[in-house]
Amino acid sequence: MLLYTRRAQRIAWAVFAFFFLLLFALPFGVLVLAAFTKQWNGAFPSSYTFSNITAAFHTDPLDGLETSLITALLSSVIALVVGTWSALALDAVRNRVGKTLIQTVFMLPIAVPSVVVGLALLVAFSQGPVLLNGTNTIVVMAHSILVTAYAFQQVSAAVTRLDPAYEQAAASLGARPYYTLLRVKLPLLLPALTGSLALCFALSMGELGATAMVYSADWTTLPLRIYALDDRGHQFVAAAVTAVMMTITLAVLLAVSRIRTRANYR
Amino acid sequence: MAATEADPTARRTGRGSGGIRFDDVTVAYNGNVVLDSFTLDVAPGEVVALLGPSGSGKTTALRAVAGFVRPASGRVHVGGRDVTDLPPYKRGLGMVVQQYALFPHMRVEQNVAFGLKAQKLVAKSEIPARVAEALRMTGMAQYAKRYPRELSGGQQQRVAIARALAIQPSVLLLDEPLSALDAQLRSGMLAELARLHRELPDVSILYVTHDQIEALTLADRIAVMNEARLVEVGTARDLYKRPGTEFAAGFVGNSNLLPVTVAECAAHGDGSFRVTVRITTEGGAPAGELVTATCTEQAAAGETRTLCLRPHFLGLAAAEHHDNAFSGTVSEVQWRGSAHRIFADVHGHEVRLDTNELRNPPAIGDEVWLHFSAEDAVLIPAAATGSPSADPASAAKTTPAKGTPSEPTPTAEPTPAKNAPVKPAPTAEPAPAEDAPTAEPAPAEPAPAEDAAR
Repeated sequence: MLLYTRRAQRIAWAVFAFFFLLLFALPFGVLVLAAFTKQWNGAFPSSYTFSNITAAFHTDPLDGLETSLITALLSSVIALVVGTWSALALDAVRNRVGKTLIQTVFMLPIAVPSVVVGLALLVAFSQGPVLLNGTNTIVVMAHSILVTAYAFQQVSAAVTRLDPAYEQAAASLGARPYYTLLRVKLPLLLPALTGSLALCFALSMGELGATAMVYSADWTTLPLRIYALDDRGHQFVAAAVTAVMMTITLAVLLAVSRIRTRANYR
Repeated sequence: MAATEADPTARRTGRGSGGIRFDDVTVAYNGNVVLDSFTLDVAPGEVVALLGPSGSGKTTALRAVAGFVRPASGRVHVGGRDVTDLPPYKRGLGMVVQQYALFPHMRVEQNVAFGLKAQKLVAKSEIPARVAEALRMTGMAQYAKRYPRELSGGQQQRVAIARALAIQPSVLLLDEPLSALDAQLRSGMLAELARLHRELPDVSILYVTHDQIEALTLADRIAVMNEARLVEVGTARDLYKRPGTEFAAGFVGNSNLLPVTVAECAAHGDGSFRVTVRITTEGGAPAGELVTATCTEQAAAGETRTLCLRPHFLGLAAAEHHDNAFSGTVSEVQWRGSAHRIFADVHGHEVRLDTNELRNPPAIGDEVWLHFSAEDAVLIPAAATGSPSADPASAAKTTPAKGTPSEPTPTAEPTPAKNAPVKPAPTAEPAPAEDAPTAEPAPAEPAPAEDAAR
């Protein structure tokens, strides 16, 4: 324990609570409050209503929710597959320079502003031979590119920590590499895999910058709708849509984290 | 279909056709030679221990058999088949490593069944019986449903052995299998391993260890390794009784290695020789009493050689002893419960003596006589002088006149510092050897008993 005396512990908790409330609880609290607000003039809303929530469910924002969920699900699964594959492949690369180079390339999408990623895709696929401009594919692509970087990072770290003794034990027992991958390595990596799946899903649900560059009218994600609502002066409906989105994203993350706990062996 | 199910078992495991052959195997990492021209045969059903300090190349040799390191040159044969270019999973060997490497996400029975399922060695319906048999042999039957994390170190080790045995390999590779266990468990597991080998007499075992007791207890033959090379190989008894190199004398069992000058050498009749020698002082001059020792080859008068004296073969006498004794001054007396360990300065060299508990132990500074019979004192053959550790001059240097008790000979791992620049990890210290003098093999003579009454 870092602090031994009760007094010191209480002070530490108080300091922590202050910053936690200020940085995390307050913004989200205000947002949830705003979702139920009809009018807000003073320090607190002057009148409350459910109409924002109803509006969030009855108008087109809900289509945005479906779009967002599908996009996030697809791109996080793609990111997980590509990221895991790359991490496993890179683990076998013995050339140090090559290894560092590939690792850096994977970091690139999150090192540049996400708008740049969107722009790059737009430039690349606005003309033949592959024309993706205005399709939902290009949105999923943009999300996948962005979140793969995180998936790769997380799985890579786990692969490096994986004791080679397991793989060797499996090989000595006559297991072919493919069998070892399926029965030993991937199960041992499961906590990292579900963890990065959750992270990618959450990141994709909230993605705005790149999506703004490549979205089309029939594939508009929730963050874009929220931005538009706010832009048009419907702050409280925007807050309500955000609250719904937060709830659903949290539910998905909680479900994934349940799998995670079951996957933690030691 | 039944035939194809039975055939691979016979072909891949090939019980009874085991055996390992290292044919001039050299392994190098980045130009660093970690195993140098290693040649060794392990017969089917034989237990061979690779014994050596850290970095001696013993684990590399084992990993070359398993297929985890690729020899730069030379061939590795298993069961008469050249496996040098085969991937590990095609070699059909059982392997147990120090940290067990049990799959943490599988229950004990799934761990044990892993090899059978992966190789599709037997019909699915046969797997439970094979798993049960392997668990029975290792005494782990009642733990089949547990996860590895729910088992103690010793139990995990048994499961690792059961997992390796389930595929019925003709060759079992054990890489320091007991070094993660505490001393008490270790001696229990040693007995267990010996029993297992009696149950499976056809399985060849290659056993890597730095612990002389493990090697002496289990192995039919011991291959002593140092600095990436094979120093000496022989039956455990031969290596202990008649070490051919100074390094083996120091590493297999405890020993006092003293530089001596040969006075006379005569054939003894049984193919060995009796030599009379005097201790060589640090100045290089012979000094003190003339004593008789055994030698496997002719030694010329005036030659400087190394005399190997096991601490428990030395007897203690207060007055001048009638024959075959060195005089010395007691420099340290350690009471170890059932035993006494005494260090004496003998003409400038520290000599250690292990004996049953003495009723009247000598005091520091006492003049004593250390006596021994001629057949228990072995002169290291001259051929060994070529090895770095066998240079009597350097041996003299590493045996300081008034050294601390931890200097080379008294420790359980009496490697002169220059031969073992890399000390084994603390956990790897062969501690039981220190505290269990009774575990030392076959003290042929009850010499200490006479002294106990002194």
